Amino acid sequence: MSSQADILGRIREALTARAPAPGHHGETAPAPAAGSFRQWLPPVGESFEDRQRLFAQNAAMLKAVFKTVPNPEAAAAEIRQLVTAHQWKKMATHTSPLTDAVCGNLGVDWLRTDQPYETAELEKCSASVTACEALVAQTGSVLVTSRSCGGRAISILPPHHIVVAAKDQLLPDLAAAFELMRRKYKDDYPSTISFITGPSRTGDIERILVLGAHGPKELTILLIA
Amino acid sequence: MSEYSQQFKASATRLTADLDHRQWISKALRGYETKRDEFKGRFQSWEEARQAAAAVKYEVINHLDRYLAEFVAKLEARGAVVHWASDAREAREHILRIARENQARFIIKSKSMTSEEIHLNDALQKAGFEVFESDLGEYIVQLRDEPPYHIVFPAMHLKRGEISQVFQQKLGAEPVTDPEALTMIARRIMRQKFCQADMGISGVNFGVAETGMISITENEGNARLTTSLPRIHVALMGIEKLVRSMDDLALFLPMLATAGAGQNLTGYNTLYGGPRLKGESDGPTQFHLVLLDNGRTRILADAEQRDLLHCIRCGACLNVCPIFRNIGGHSYGTTYQGPIGSVITPHLRGLQDWKHLSFSSSLCGACSQACPVRIDLAHHLLHNRRNAIREKPPALEKLAFRFFSLMMRHPGLYRFGMFMGKLLQPLHPIVKGSALDPAKAWTKTRETPKFAQTSFRDWWKNRPQNRPT
Amino acid sequence: MRITLFIPCFIDQFYPQVGAGVVKILEKLGHQVEYPEAQTCCGQPAFNSGHWDEARAVAAHAVEVFSQAEVIVSPSGSCGAMMRVFYPQLFKDTPQYQAACAVAAKTFEFSEFLVKKLKVTDLGASFPGKATFHDGCHGLRELGVREEPRALLRNVKGLELVEMDPPDTCCGFGGTFAVKFPMISSAMGEGKCAAIAETQADYVISLDSSCLMHIQGMLDRQGKKTRGLHLVEVLAHSL
Repeated sequence: MSSQADILGRIREALTARAPAPGHHGETAPAPAAGSFRQWLPPVGESFEDRQRLFAQNAAMLKAVFKTVPNPEAAAAEIRQLVTAHQWKKMATHTSPLTDAVCGNLGVDWLRTDQPYETAELEKCSASVTACEALVAQTGSVLVTSRSCGGRAISILPPHHIVVAAKDQLLPDLAAAFELMRRKYKDDYPSTISFITGPSRTGDIERILVLGAHGPKELTILLIA
Repeated sequence: MSEYSQQFKASATRLTADLDHRQWISKALRGYETKRDEFKGRFQSWEEARQAAAAVKYEVINHLDRYLAEFVAKLEARGAVVHWASDAREAREHILRIARENQARFIIKSKSMTSEEIHLNDALQKAGFEVFESDLGEYIVQLRDEPPYHIVFPAMHLKRGEISQVFQQKLGAEPVTDPEALTMIARRIMRQKFCQADMGISGVNFGVAETGMISITENEGNARLTTSLPRIHVALMGIEKLVRSMDDLALFLPMLATAGAGQNLTGYNTLYGGPRLKGESDGPTQFHLVLLDNGRTRILADAEQRDLLHCIRCGACLNVCPIFRNIGGHSYGTTYQGPIGSVITPHLRGLQDWKHLSFSSSLCGACSQACPVRIDLAHHLLHNRRNAIREKPPALEKLAFRFFSLMMRHPGLYRFGMFMGKLLQPLHPIVKGSALDPAKAWTKTRETPKFAQTSFRDWWKNRPQNRPT
Repeated sequence: MRITLFIPCFIDQFYPQVGAGVVKILEKLGHQVEYPEAQTCCGQPAFNSGHWDEARAVAAHAVEVFSQAEVIVSPSGSCGAMMRVFYPQLFKDTPQYQAACAVAAKTFEFSEFLVKKLKVTDLGASFPGKATFHDGCHGLRELGVREEPRALLRNVKGLELVEMDPPDTCCGFGGTFAVKFPMISSAMGEGKCAAIAETQADYVISLDSSCLMHIQGMLDRQGKKTRGLHLVEVLAHSL
């Protein structure tokens, strides 16, 4: 407790002296409202098609697989193809309208992470299927939370992560994603909110890109639109 | 000259003579530059974005008590336990106590330069805990028993052969050198550790005051695993790491990725608001945040250099610094390398002991130009120099500059001095290169300029237009 | 216009032809050139070394020498930056602050003065040869001078200008840094010389003789034939 008082005391004492305003050679600038950032960040297009195209470009650059399908049945077919190709036996998912619609009849053992589960069981899963809060066009990101998308580990431990999203979930940029979080959760946020941008990667060895460093080696994003 | 200064000079001498090393680092940084420019170019205005980021940080740092209080209150309301540490020792003690109280044996860490700053791993190991760095680069340098080379790219100095060697030595791994194969070895080992660890320790990239969350940026997913699987999550955060709201992250996360790593956005950007909440199926049951001062309030009190606390630890200044790429990260001999390290280390660890870092720069200004939050690092180097000299002027040097001042204030003396120089220069070849050579530091690698026959002022005086009639 | 010259100490003593060239160019453009002989140095060596009291004493002399000038022009990015950017900092909270700021506000590096103030980019100069350009860091980053010398050189007849790769990298001089940390300074200089060699240029042009002193010193030691030239020497060549 006393360190808290000490530190806050030192801070207040320090701040009695005024610091010069930021900028090269002392030009002044007021603290901008967060909404004004958009005008300087990369442009994100106006229409759904613009944003879909931008998301697709980013996904390709990130080496994530991104497919737009007309309905949940088509999404299920995509997943079935993956199951067959990889011969998956055990997968993880959680309950949500979209995951429920695409995860039937795949012939795999399911671990459901809606309730507490054994980590060892999740570790045996070859892939996971989750919903998402949003797709972000500006960055090619998938937004998940620990409340709506099956917990924290389902989207990071299994080596292949499959995400199912609906058309109205494609957002232009990070600012819009944060606005969504604020609107949806008000002050009652999930404990974890995560932007997933491509499969796990590292360049720590000679700057050579290697996927699947610790998180999923493959990320498949299915947009139903 | 402090012992740190001696070590620095010795290391810099060794590394600058290592052409292979310099070329290796330059090549790595060229790769980064290309990607960085590509993504900078996507911004509608990178310069305006910088100004906005600088202004946000200015607002937060100059009202730090208010924002910190808000941040802590929100976090505690969601079940987090917040510990305040005035210095490194206190921070270590908090974390050791948490580990002991929870009978943790096995600790996994994601990347945290702040944990390097407080020498946490060493303390944990001495206390009998097993600690594993999960970030690939950090894991590699941990195995090699050396400090991180760069705050963002810890193993950038290593070639695959060297990495393979330490994997073989320390892990009994197969003699593979392919980067993917090496990465998979680390992945297999770490996966077990993630699942077995009792406690995960992470750093913090940004603290969000408005919502009471910490934000962690990474590419590998190891921080997400560190903070999802073990039953206890401990996060270590410098008190200066705050932003106002989640919306500020919409600006800072892309800028951090672009300036720091030449990416559009880093692989995983995750906000954590506390331990597992009711209704959530997994996640740690305890979340502890350790807030660290360790000299930061000292910097805060220096109004001229307060904006050093704006730093978001992106590493952009390291990447553009010609000093860094020629002497290498290890030469700095301290946690933070490059321009930011050169400026803050004298504040954090002692001005007289570490002033050499602020002096060993040509002041090119590339760092100031690169900084996404517009910290004028080059000017702060000058401020540190001034402060060091003011506090403890080296006698001989002070005498030399007093003489310089005298000479330059009296044109007659200046002309005399220059005349003597011109007179004595023909004698220079006699001592050139030897121990007696007053210009030895120059002449070791360079020829000297020659005094002109006629100086400019003499030419001017003797012009027909200027001769007195 | 009445133009007052500030000729840095090292140009005065080592490269007087640069100063002479400035005079020739400005007079050819029809201006009245002044050179207060009491000038010596801007004080930067002491300033960069942290000895601000001594630097201020020297700078105070310069402020006095130039106080009556209408406009001050210097063929040096680093000295120009010292006066325009750093004098206000150096004299902050001192009685000479206003006078120092006044001098700072009317100080220009030579190429930016020609292009931005006199609106001149073509001097009718000629200089046959292949050259590359080295941007001195202070001129580039403190004063923002980048396009101006290039605009002037593009109009020099017979001159082929090639850019270095990487551009914008410090040569390693850095004033007293060159002798305090010579191993780092030289390593940086090697990098610069390698970039110059790659352009296969016969000349390396700069608006800073201080950088050229270091670069030429290394080139000469390496036995390279490339010659360093101040921008002014190229522009005044055919006058």
